Amino acid sequence: MNALEMREGTAGVVELRIPRRAEWVAVARLAVAAVANRLNFSIEEIEDVKLAVAEACTNCILQRNVADQIEIVCETKDDGITVRVRSFAGPAATIEAPAELESEQQQIGALGIFLIRSLMDNVNYEHGKGRGTDLVMTKKVTN
Amino acid sequence: MDIKVNVREAPGHAYVVDLSGEIDVYTSPKVKDAITELIDQGHYNLVINLGKVRYIDSTGLGVLIGGLKRVREHGGSVNLVCTNPQIKKIFDITGLVKIFGIYDDEESAMKALV
Repeated sequence: MNALEMREGTAGVVELRIPRRAEWVAVARLAVAAVANRLNFSIEEIEDVKLAVAEACTNCILQRNVADQIEIVCETKDDGITVRVRSFAGPAATIEAPAELESEQQQIGALGIFLIRSLMDNVNYEHGKGRGTDLVMTKKVTN
Repeated sequence: MDIKVNVREAPGHAYVVDLSGEIDVYTSPKVKDAITELIDQGHYNLVINLGKVRYIDSTGLGVLIGGLKRVREHGGSVNLVCTNPQIKKIFDITGLVKIFGIYDDEESAMKALV
Protein backbone atom coordinates (compact mmCIF):
# COMPACT_ATOMS: atom_id res chain seq x y z
CA MET A 1 0.00 0.00 0.00
CA ASN A 2 1.51 3.36 -0.98
CA ALA A 3 1.15 6.62 0.95
CA LEU A 4 -1.73 7.92 -1.16
CA GLU A 5 -3.73 4.74 -0.66
CA MET A 6 -3.10 4.95 3.07
CA ARG A 7 -4.46 8.50 3.17
CA GLU A 8 -7.52 7.45 1.22
CA GLY A 9 -8.00 4.58 3.59
CA THR A 10 -7.83 6.57 6.80
CA ALA A 11 -9.75 9.72 5.96
CA GLY A 12 -13.46 9.48 6.42
CA VAL A 13 -16.53 10.13 8.50
CA VAL A 14 -18.37 7.52 10.55
CA GLU A 15 -21.67 8.31 12.22
CA LEU A 16 -23.42 6.32 14.91
CA ARG A 17 -26.64 7.06 16.76
CA ILE A 18 -27.58 5.22 19.95
CA PRO A 19 -30.41 5.47 22.46
CA ARG A 20 -29.43 7.62 25.45
CA ARG A 21 -29.30 4.62 27.74
CA ALA A 22 -26.46 3.09 29.74
CA GLU A 23 -26.55 -0.31 28.03
CA TRP A 24 -25.64 1.28 24.67
CA VAL A 25 -22.44 3.02 25.76
CA ALA A 26 -20.38 -0.15 25.25
CA VAL A 27 -21.51 -0.23 21.61
CA ALA A 28 -20.33 3.35 21.11
CA ARG A 29 -16.92 2.83 22.67
CA LEU A 30 -16.24 -0.37 20.76
CA ALA A 31 -17.32 1.20 17.47
CA VAL A 32 -15.09 4.22 18.00
CA ALA A 33 -12.19 1.99 19.02
CA ALA A 34 -12.60 0.14 15.73
CA VAL A 35 -12.56 3.43 13.84
CA ALA A 36 -9.49 4.68 15.73
CA ASN A 37 -7.77 1.39 15.01
CA ARG A 38 -7.67 2.33 11.32
CA LEU A 39 -5.24 5.14 12.12
CA ASN A 40 -1.67 4.83 13.31
CA PHE A 41 -2.61 5.13 16.96
CA SER A 42 -0.87 3.01 19.54
CA ILE A 43 -3.01 0.60 21.56
CA GLU A 44 -2.77 2.98 24.51
CA GLU A 45 -3.98 5.90 22.39
CA ILE A 46 -6.91 3.84 21.11
CA GLU A 47 -7.81 3.04 24.71
CA ASP A 48 -7.66 6.78 25.47
CA VAL A 49 -10.09 7.58 22.64
CA LYS A 50 -12.34 4.72 23.66
CA LEU A 51 -12.54 5.91 27.26
CA ALA A 52 -12.99 9.55 26.29
CA VAL A 53 -15.92 8.71 24.01
CA ALA A 54 -17.49 6.50 26.66
CA GLU A 55 -17.14 9.30 29.20
CA ALA A 56 -18.78 11.72 26.80
CA CYS A 57 -21.69 9.30 26.29
CA THR A 58 -21.93 8.72 30.04
CA ASN A 59 -22.01 12.46 30.57
CA CYS A 60 -24.92 12.69 28.12
CA ILE A 61 -26.75 10.04 30.16
CA LEU A 62 -26.04 11.62 33.56
CA GLN A 63 -27.30 15.04 32.52
CA ARG A 64 -30.95 15.73 33.26
CA ASN A 65 -32.50 16.92 30.03
CA VAL A 66 -35.03 15.95 27.40
CA ALA A 67 -32.54 14.25 25.06
CA ASP A 68 -33.24 10.61 24.27
CA GLN A 69 -30.54 9.94 21.69
CA ILE A 70 -26.78 10.26 21.42
CA GLU A 71 -25.04 10.90 18.15
CA ILE A 72 -21.37 10.03 17.74
CA VAL A 73 -19.59 11.35 14.67
CA CYS A 74 -15.98 10.34 14.05
CA GLU A 75 -13.93 12.21 11.49
CA THR A 76 -10.64 10.55 10.74
CA LYS A 77 -7.65 12.12 9.05
CA ASP A 78 -4.06 11.03 8.59
CA ASP A 79 -2.96 12.84 11.70
CA GLY A 80 -5.77 12.01 14.09
CA ILE A 81 -9.42 11.68 14.91
CA THR A 82 -12.10 14.18 15.86
CA VAL A 83 -15.16 12.82 17.62
CA ARG A 84 -18.33 14.75 18.28
CA VAL A 85 -20.68 13.34 20.91
CA ARG A 86 -24.01 15.08 21.07
CA SER A 87 -27.23 14.28 22.87
CA PHE A 88 -30.50 15.51 21.51
CA ALA A 89 -34.23 14.96 21.67
CA GLY A 90 -35.57 12.86 18.84
CA PRO A 91 -39.19 12.88 17.64
CA ALA A 92 -40.22 10.30 20.24
CA ALA A 93 -38.60 12.08 23.20
CA THR A 94 -40.73 12.61 26.28
CA ILE A 95 -40.73 16.28 27.19
CA GLU A 96 -40.43 16.71 30.92
CA ALA A 97 -39.04 19.30 33.27
CA PRO A 98 -35.31 18.69 33.89
CA ALA A 99 -34.37 17.91 37.47
CA GLU A 100 -31.19 18.89 39.24
CA LEU A 101 -28.35 16.40 39.24
CA GLU A 102 -27.64 14.63 42.49
CA SER A 103 -24.33 15.47 44.12
CA GLU A 104 -22.80 12.05 43.42
CA GLN A 105 -23.73 12.26 39.74
CA GLN A 106 -22.23 15.76 39.54
CA GLN A 107 -18.96 14.43 40.95
CA ILE A 108 -18.89 11.54 38.47
CA GLY A 109 -19.71 13.95 35.63
CA ALA A 110 -16.88 16.24 36.66
CA LEU A 111 -14.49 13.30 36.87
CA GLY A 112 -15.56 12.19 33.41
CA ILE A 113 -14.94 15.58 31.86
CA PHE A 114 -11.59 15.77 33.64
CA LEU A 115 -10.63 12.39 32.16
CA ILE A 116 -11.67 13.48 28.67
CA ARG A 117 -9.58 16.63 28.94
CA SER A 118 -6.62 14.58 30.18
CA LEU A 119 -6.80 11.90 27.51
CA MET A 120 -7.59 13.98 24.43
CA ASP A 121 -5.57 16.78 22.84
CA ASN A 122 -8.37 19.26 22.32
CA VAL A 123 -11.84 19.36 23.88
CA ASN A 124 -14.76 21.71 23.45
CA TYR A 125 -17.76 21.06 25.67
CA GLU A 126 -21.11 22.78 25.85
CA HIS A 127 -24.27 21.96 27.69
CA GLY A 128 -27.31 23.95 28.58
CA LYS A 129 -29.76 23.30 31.35
CA GLY A 130 -32.59 21.24 29.95
CA ARG A 131 -30.99 20.93 26.52
CA GLY A 132 -28.64 18.26 25.30
CA THR A 133 -24.87 18.24 25.58
CA ASP A 134 -22.36 18.73 22.80
CA LEU A 135 -18.72 17.71 23.08
CA VAL A 136 -16.09 17.78 20.36
CA MET A 137 -12.70 16.23 21.01
CA THR A 138 -9.58 15.57 18.99
CA LYS A 139 -6.72 13.15 19.39
CA LYS A 140 -3.60 13.45 17.28
CA VAL A 141 -1.46 10.52 16.21
CA THR A 142 1.90 10.86 17.93
CA ASN A 143 4.04 8.29 16.14
CA MET B 1 -20.50 -6.43 28.12
CA ASP B 2 -20.90 -7.49 31.68
CA ILE B 3 -19.26 -7.56 35.05
CA LYS B 4 -18.88 -10.55 37.30
CA VAL B 5 -18.79 -9.91 41.03
CA ASN B 6 -17.65 -12.46 43.57
CA VAL B 7 -17.45 -11.71 47.29
CA ARG B 8 -15.47 -13.92 49.66
CA GLU B 9 -14.29 -13.75 53.22
CA ALA B 10 -10.57 -13.59 53.84
CA PRO B 11 -8.57 -14.16 57.03
CA GLY B 12 -8.52 -11.27 59.49
CA HIS B 13 -12.13 -10.09 59.17
CA ALA B 14 -11.49 -8.77 55.70
CA TYR B 15 -13.49 -9.36 52.56
CA VAL B 16 -12.34 -9.63 49.00
CA VAL B 17 -14.46 -8.46 46.10
CA ASP B 18 -13.31 -10.09 42.87
CA LEU B 19 -14.38 -8.19 39.78
CA SER B 20 -14.13 -9.48 36.26
CA GLY B 21 -15.15 -7.70 33.07
CA GLU B 22 -15.89 -4.06 32.31
CA ILE B 23 -17.07 -1.43 34.79
CA ASP B 24 -19.03 1.32 33.14
CA VAL B 25 -22.23 3.31 33.55
CA TYR B 26 -24.28 0.18 32.85
CA THR B 27 -22.43 -2.33 35.03
CA SER B 28 -21.23 -0.15 37.92
CA PRO B 29 -24.55 -0.37 39.86
CA LYS B 30 -23.90 -4.11 40.28
CA VAL B 31 -20.49 -3.38 41.79
CA LYS B 32 -21.96 -0.66 43.97
CA ASP B 33 -24.63 -3.03 45.27
CA ALA B 34 -22.03 -5.64 46.26
CA ILE B 35 -19.83 -3.13 48.09
CA THR B 36 -22.79 -1.43 49.76
CA GLU B 37 -24.12 -4.76 50.97
CA LEU B 38 -20.77 -5.63 52.56
CA ILE B 39 -20.53 -2.28 54.32
CA ASP B 40 -24.14 -2.47 55.47
CA GLN B 41 -23.27 -5.83 57.04
CA GLY B 42 -20.47 -4.14 59.01
CA HIS B 43 -17.47 -5.20 56.94
CA TYR B 44 -15.13 -2.22 56.69
CA ASN B 45 -11.85 -3.76 55.52
CA LEU B 46 -12.09 -4.58 51.86
CA VAL B 47 -9.80 -5.66 49.09
CA ILE B 48 -11.23 -5.04 45.67
CA ASN B 49 -9.49 -7.18 43.11
CA LEU B 50 -9.46 -5.50 39.70
CA GLY B 51 -7.07 -8.08 38.29
CA LYS B 52 -9.57 -9.30 35.70
CA VAL B 53 -11.12 -5.92 34.96
CA ARG B 54 -10.46 -4.88 31.39
CA TYR B 55 -12.03 -1.43 31.55
CA ILE B 56 -13.18 1.12 34.11
CA ASP B 57 -14.68 4.56 33.66
CA SER B 58 -15.62 7.46 35.94
CA THR B 59 -18.77 5.74 37.19
CA GLY B 60 -16.66 2.77 38.31
CA LEU B 61 -14.19 5.11 39.99
CA GLY B 62 -17.14 6.83 41.65
CA VAL B 63 -18.31 3.52 43.11
CA LEU B 64 -14.84 2.80 44.52
CA ILE B 65 -14.54 6.31 45.97
CA GLY B 66 -18.00 6.02 47.51
CA GLY B 67 -17.07 2.71 49.12
CA LEU B 68 -13.81 4.13 50.46
CA LYS B 69 -15.59 7.12 51.99
CA ARG B 70 -18.07 4.88 53.77
CA VAL B 71 -15.54 2.43 55.22
CA ARG B 72 -13.31 5.27 56.40
CA GLU B 73 -16.21 6.62 58.46
CA HIS B 74 -15.89 3.37 60.39
CA GLY B 75 -12.11 3.30 60.54
CA GLY B 76 -11.80 0.81 57.71
CA SER B 77 -10.02 0.88 54.39
CA VAL B 78 -10.23 -0.28 50.81
CA ASN B 79 -7.18 -1.60 49.01
CA LEU B 80 -7.14 -2.37 45.33
CA VAL B 81 -5.39 -5.07 43.33
CA CYS B 82 -4.61 -3.78 39.88
CA THR B 83 -2.08 -4.80 37.28
CA ASN B 84 -3.69 -3.50 34.08
CA PRO B 85 -1.51 -0.57 32.89
CA GLN B 86 -4.43 1.26 31.27
CA ILE B 87 -6.45 1.11 34.48
CA LYS B 88 -3.44 2.13 36.56
CA LYS B 89 -3.07 5.09 34.23
CA ILE B 90 -6.64 6.20 35.00
CA PHE B 91 -5.89 6.08 38.73
CA ASP B 92 -2.72 8.11 38.08
CA ILE B 93 -4.46 10.76 35.98
CA THR B 94 -7.24 11.25 38.49
CA GLY B 95 -4.90 11.31 41.47
CA LEU B 96 -6.67 8.35 43.03
CA VAL B 97 -3.32 6.62 43.54
CA LYS B 98 -2.96 8.96 46.50
CA ILE B 99 -6.12 7.90 48.27
CA PHE B 100 -6.27 4.18 47.44
CA GLY B 101 -3.70 1.60 48.29
CA ILE B 102 -3.03 -0.07 44.93
CA TYR B 103 -1.14 -3.35 44.88
CA ASP B 104 0.02 -5.84 42.29
CA ASP B 105 -1.31 -8.88 44.13
CA GLU B 106 -3.95 -9.81 46.65
CA GLU B 107 -1.50 -10.90 49.33
CA SER B 108 0.14 -7.46 49.43
CA ALA B 109 -3.23 -5.73 49.45
CA MET B 110 -4.39 -7.88 52.36
CA LYS B 111 -1.24 -7.27 54.39
CA ALA B 112 -1.59 -3.52 53.93
CA LEU B 113 -5.12 -3.34 55.32
CA VAL B 114 -5.43 -1.27 58.48
